[in-house]
Amino acid sequence: MTALRNDLIYLVVFAVAVLAMPIWLAPFGAAYPDLMQKFAIYGIFAIGFNILFGMTGYLSFGHAAFLGVGSYAAVWSFKLLSMNVIPAIALAVLVSGLFAAAIGYISLRRSGIYFSILTLAFAQMSYNLAYSVFTPITNGETGLQLALNDPRVIDRALFADAPGIPRPNLFGIELGGYEAFYLCAVILILCFFVAMRIDRSPFGMMLKAIKSNQTRMAYTGFNTRPYTLSAFIISGIYAGIAGGLLAVTDPLAGAERMQWTASGEVVLMTILGGVGTLVGPVIGAVVIKYFENIFSAFHMAKLEDIFSFLPDGLESFVVSIVSPFVGEGWHLTLGIMFMLIVVFLPGGLMEGARRIRARFGGGRGTGSKAHSSNPAPAE
Amino acid sequence: MDQLILQLLNGLDKGAAYALIALGLTLVFGTLGIVNFAHGALFMIGAFCAVVFSRLLQLETVTIDPARLTPWGSPMEVRTPLVQAWLGDFGAVLVQWSVPLSILFAIPVMLIVGVAMERGLIRYFYKRAHADQILVTFGLAIVLQEIVKANFGANPIPVTAPAALAGSVDVGGWLGLSGVFYPWWRLVYLGFALAVMGLVIAFLRFTTYGMVVRAGMEDRQTVGFLGIDIEKRFTVVFGIAAVVAGIAGAMYTPIVSPNYHIGMDFLVLSFVVVVVGGMGSVSGAVFAGFLLGILQSFASMNEVKNILPGIDQVIIYLVAVVVLLVMPRGLMGRKGVMEN
Repeated sequence: MTALRNDLIYLVVFAVAVLAMPIWLAPFGAAYPDLMQKFAIYGIFAIGFNILFGMTGYLSFGHAAFLGVGSYAAVWSFKLLSMNVIPAIALAVLVSGLFAAAIGYISLRRSGIYFSILTLAFAQMSYNLAYSVFTPITNGETGLQLALNDPRVIDRALFADAPGIPRPNLFGIELGGYEAFYLCAVILILCFFVAMRIDRSPFGMMLKAIKSNQTRMAYTGFNTRPYTLSAFIISGIYAGIAGGLLAVTDPLAGAERMQWTASGEVVLMTILGGVGTLVGPVIGAVVIKYFENIFSAFHMAKLEDIFSFLPDGLESFVVSIVSPFVGEGWHLTLGIMFMLIVVFLPGGLMEGARRIRARFGGGRGTGSKAHSSNPAPAE
Repeated sequence: MDQLILQLLNGLDKGAAYALIALGLTLVFGTLGIVNFAHGALFMIGAFCAVVFSRLLQLETVTIDPARLTPWGSPMEVRTPLVQAWLGDFGAVLVQWSVPLSILFAIPVMLIVGVAMERGLIRYFYKRAHADQILVTFGLAIVLQEIVKANFGANPIPVTAPAALAGSVDVGGWLGLSGVFYPWWRLVYLGFALAVMGLVIAFLRFTTYGMVVRAGMEDRQTVGFLGIDIEKRFTVVFGIAAVVAGIAGAMYTPIVSPNYHIGMDFLVLSFVVVVVGGMGSVSGAVFAGFLLGILQSFASMNEVKNILPGIDQVIIYLVAVVVLLVMPRGLMGRKGVMEN
């Protein structure tokens, strides 16, 4: 029972933290809806990726393909059916799930590096095709966008035409800014809950067993393929939901979302936050998106402002040392941080938090609760 | 027919670049067991060696020549490269031939970079999972890329081939056909790539050193028991792989102007090449590199594209998927190396 209660507390703390983002992110200058939507969306993406990589150990280098497919599906739902979000997300789930089933069925025949290369190959194929042959579906380089004369069958049948291109809505609530953020936040919490249930279920146990020793699993008489395939599909659906939400916040889908660098990004997020943990990937997503949007906007004047408390000579020295790492150079900081984490802290920021807590918290939270540790004092 | 020859040459050329990178990748994998995602970055560093070298050669001195006047009547400023000022005509030749000469500059640089990378970072990852190796070298690739970007900017930097090799040559003429023109430099690159591959393979096959390395690839433990410091040899192999990737990059600069992400662009394809050829197989990597290069350029012919639209975009990946599923070890993979 205590495990169940702990999970409930964990979930509530997570939900409160997500919903209160506009409050506690304000001091960091990140409390504007566009960015918080990204935090939530990429959080979903990373949670889904972690269900595959964190639990089964299969490193997919082509996960962005499902994100892209989800985006296209959602925009098509806006164009053809309705501006309502529900059918858009549903279609994104369906299409990305089918797509993941097809790719997973083939790729999962191999493991290790071969699996990575196979997923990479499929994602690059999707990306290249989306740019070239599938232009009627994807609108090529321009990206798929809404137009004034889209059919929108359901909307046209039920409501009178409003002037201009409508925005995505949820049963009449127009989703701009904060409304869209709260939609993403609620879906993130739902996705987190589902991931938690999977993690605690016998199915999740199977997935972890596959990670620790697939051969032994096979010898005990389990066919591991259905389990890995289900994990792959679930993870693809998460990516599809994230892609659909990206289309909700900005109804435009482009092929660059499927490029392999985008797949690399979600790998970075998951590792950075803590692979195999529940909340780690979300933290990783927040950190990277924060870097990308806030850190990258730092410039010389701002730096001089920050270090203005130092004496003059020292100030210019510090600024000249720091400046290659911020602004344009934020990728450099990210790369260094990532390398340090892989080398010294394979469990990501979550493991770092656990080590700090083990040192200062008098041993609380160490031991058996390795995978559910939470930086917030949840216990 | 002309078209076919042209595409064959194109394919050989592309394949040469793929094969050179894949050669190093597969060598590192076969010896050290490391999946090195930073290998593309080595190609990029090599390319920038050429850029730096040609810039060094072109450092200019400004002298005022009172004998000549500008149209405005003031004495003309004459800019001459320092090398030319010091060495006369020979200096001018040096400036002209900066790209091929940059190989001499790239070899020591790449050797240092490669050995530093192996000793400084990669050796700590021998015992860790392949996923960890991929991740840390991926991070390293980002860091190297960003350092180059910070110093050279994000735009491609044009580098010119020597004037004598800048034009095109009538390849058809040699074969008794007419009108197949092909750039000289690309032919040079092809020959250069073949020479480098030949050297590396000969080194592994015909020298005692190479024999020990090959023995280490088969069974490093036994080689260690025989009293040979196999780790040191593998470090040297990593250095060689870095040099091969680096000079491949340096020589490629006149074909594609280098920018900071040129390495990543090649890396993905080279990985596919390595896997198709068979992880750890050197001849497999060379063969698969040329095979995929040629397939790609034939697939980009209009006649083919009309029948199978979009095939040029996916052919490499398609081949990779089929090979991986049908032949678990790749085309020429050794038995027992990462078969599942």
